[in-house]
Amino acid sequence: MKFPILLDIQSAFKTFTRNKARSFLTTLGIIIGVASVIATVSIGQGASASVQDAINALGSNLLIILPGSSNLGGVQTGFGELNTMTLSDAKAIRKLPAVKTDSANIRMTEQVIWRGNNWGTSVMGTSSTFPIIKNWPVTNGEFFDPQQNSTAANVAVIGTTVATQLFGLMNPVGHIILIHNVPFKIIGELKAIGFNAFGQDQDDIVVIPITTMMEKVAGITWVNIIMVSAKSKQDTALAQNQITALLRQRHHIPPHKPNDFYVRNLTQIAQTAGSSAQIFTILLAAVAAVSLLVGGIGIMNIMLVSVTERTKEIGIRMAVGAKKNDILKQFLIESSVLSLFGGILGIGLGIGISDLISIITPLKTILTIEPIIISIIFSVGVGVFFGFYPAYKASNLNPVEALRYE
Amino acid sequence: MNDFQKNNGDDNIVVINLEHIGMIYKTGIINYEALKDINLTIYKGEFFSIMGASGSGKSTLMNILGCLDKPTSGKYFLEGMDVSKLDKDLLAEIRNKKIGFVFQGFNLIQRLSVIENVELPLFYAGIPHKEAVIEAKDALRLVDIAENKENNFPNQISGGEQQRVAIARAIVHNASIIMADEPTGNLDSVRSSELMSFFKKINEERNVTIILVTHEPVVAAFAKKHIIVKDGHIVND
Ligand SMILES: Nc1ncnc2c1ncn2[C@@H]1O[C@H](COP(=O)(O)OP(=O)(O)O)[C@@H](O)[C@H]1O
Ligand SMILES: [Mg+2]
Repeated sequence: MKFPILLDIQSAFKTFTRNKARSFLTTLGIIIGVASVIATVSIGQGASASVQDAINALGSNLLIILPGSSNLGGVQTGFGELNTMTLSDAKAIRKLPAVKTDSANIRMTEQVIWRGNNWGTSVMGTSSTFPIIKNWPVTNGEFFDPQQNSTAANVAVIGTTVATQLFGLMNPVGHIILIHNVPFKIIGELKAIGFNAFGQDQDDIVVIPITTMMEKVAGITWVNIIMVSAKSKQDTALAQNQITALLRQRHHIPPHKPNDFYVRNLTQIAQTAGSSAQIFTILLAAVAAVSLLVGGIGIMNIMLVSVTERTKEIGIRMAVGAKKNDILKQFLIESSVLSLFGGILGIGLGIGISDLISIITPLKTILTIEPIIISIIFSVGVGVFFGFYPAYKASNLNPVEALRYE
Repeated sequence: MNDFQKNNGDDNIVVINLEHIGMIYKTGIINYEALKDINLTIYKGEFFSIMGASGSGKSTLMNILGCLDKPTSGKYFLEGMDVSKLDKDLLAEIRNKKIGFVFQGFNLIQRLSVIENVELPLFYAGIPHKEAVIEAKDALRLVDIAENKENNFPNQISGGEQQRVAIARAIVHNASIIMADEPTGNLDSVRSSELMSFFKKINEERNVTIILVTHEPVVAAFAKKHIIVKDGHIVND
C-alpha cells in the first residue's frame, strides 16, 4: 500500500476508544481464551518440571518394591497393605548381584515419641551415603557415619516436619526419642525440601541406619516398602528381573500365579507421570484454544454488525476513492487490532492467574516466552481469519447502494 | 449529440461526453429501463443543472456521471477516456482524482474529525499524511472554517459549517468536476443560497465544472445551463 499502515491502525484504535464497552465485550472471548491457554500451559510446564525434579531427587537407578498384586493397567489393590514382604526378603534382595549393597532403604510407618508428644511418621532405614545419593544435606547436627551403620547404633536424623511436631521451636539435636519403644538419639536434622510432585510431605521422615532398622526396630517382620538402587542404569532391568525371580522363589509362587509384590523402576514411573503431565497440558490447552475460536466468532459477529452499521461510511469512503482493498484492509486491521488487544489483555490475565495459582495452591507454574508469542500470533490470526468475511462483505458493497443506506 | 449552446464553459474543452447511454435495472423478473439513449456533452467550467420530476432518472444519470455506477449500454467519455467499461477499482481511482461529491445531508463520517473527513480523498490517493494535512487546511480555509474547529467532530459544528466541510472535502484533491445530487434537499432557503454561492465561487474562481441535480427552480437558477430529464430521456429546456 502507498500510505503507512500506522494510520489505519491509529484509526482502528480511534474506532474502539469511541466504544470502549463494546470493544471490551467483543474481545472478552479472546481475553479468556488466551488467559486460559497461558495459565494451563504454565501449570503444565510447572508440573513437568516438578516431575523432572522428582526424578532427580529420587536418584538414578532406584527400584521400589511393594507388597500386593498388580492388575493390568498398573492399578493395584491393597497398596502397602498386604503382609507378604519380610525383612529377610529385604536382606536377600540386598545380596543380589545387580543391586548396590549399601543402597537398600526400608520404610515403615511408626509412632515416634518424645516426652508427652507423639507423631506418626515414616521411618526409613538407610545407609550413611543417603545425604549424597539423595542430594539431601543435614542442616543441623550431622548424619550417621558408616561406623554407626555397621554397629547398628541407636541414632536418628529427622526431617523438619517431625522436628516441629515433636519439639516445636526447640533444637531437637541431642534429645532421645522412642521409635517402636526403642530409644534413639537425634544427631541431626535434614534440610527442609517440602512436598514432592506426588503431593507428599518429604520432610515428614525419620532416618536411621538400616542395620538398626533391621535388628532393633524390626519387632515386626513385615515391611511395606523396600527401596534399592541398581548397580548402574543399565542394570536396572536386570535388577528388576533378579528381584522378581528371587521374591517369587522366596514366596513359593507357582509359575502360573501372579506376583504378590510389585517391582517398579521409579524413574520410569516419574517419566510416565511426566509424559502424562504433558498430554494433560496439551489437552487443557486444546480446550482453551477452543474458547479462542469462540472468541473469534464473537469478533466476527461484532465486525458484521459494524459493517452493517457503517454501510454509509463505507459508501462515502468508496465515493471519495477507496478501492476494494482499502476497505478490506481497514476492516481486517480493525478486527486484528481488536483481537490483538484482547490477546494482550489475555496474556496479562493469564500471567496473573498463573502467579495466583502458584501462590494459593501447592502447584508450581512456569511461564515461558513461547506460549506468549504463540498467543499473540494466534490472536492476530483469529482476528484476520474471523475478520475476513465481514471485511470482504464490506469491500464488495455497491457504492450507490451503500450511500443510500440510512 | 447535444443541442445546447455552450454559454459559460471555456476553451471548448469537453469534459463529459455521453453517447447513447442506457440503464436498465434488473429487479427480479421485471427489467426497468431508467435511462434511454442519453446523449450529453458538458464542457470544462460549465455550471450545469439537471432537473426533472421525481423518478425521472436524475439520480441514475448522476451515478453514472459520477462513476459510481456503470451504464448497461452506451459509451461514457470522461476527459476523453471511455470509462463505461472500467472495473470498480479503476472507477474508484477516477472518482478520487477527478470528481468531488457533495451529497444531500453532506455525508460526513461522524467518527472522524472535520479535518480527517477532508483528508479522506488525499488518504486514498496515497498522499503522505503531512502533505494531506496542509492541503486539507487550505481547503478548509477556502470555505471559511475556523482553524480551531478542524479537530471537532461533525456533530460539534453547525449545519452550515458541515455543508462547507463537505465542499472542502469535494475540492481538496483539486477535482475538476463537482457533482451534487439534490444537495439542498434538506436545507432552508438561506442555507440553500449560501451553498449555491459557494458552488458559484468555486465555479468562477477555480473553473471547476459543476453538475447539479435539483428539482427546485430557485436552485437551478444558479446554473448557467440546464437539462430536464423525463422518463429516462433528456428533453429540451
Ligand atoms: N437500484 C435500482 N433498482 C431498480 N430500480 C431502480 C434503482 N434505482 C432507481 N430505480 C428506478 O429508476 C427510476 C429512476 O430513479 P432515480 O434515478 O433515482 O430518479 P430520480 O433521482 O430522478 O428521482 C425510478 O423509477 C426508480 O424506482
Ligand atoms: Mg434522485
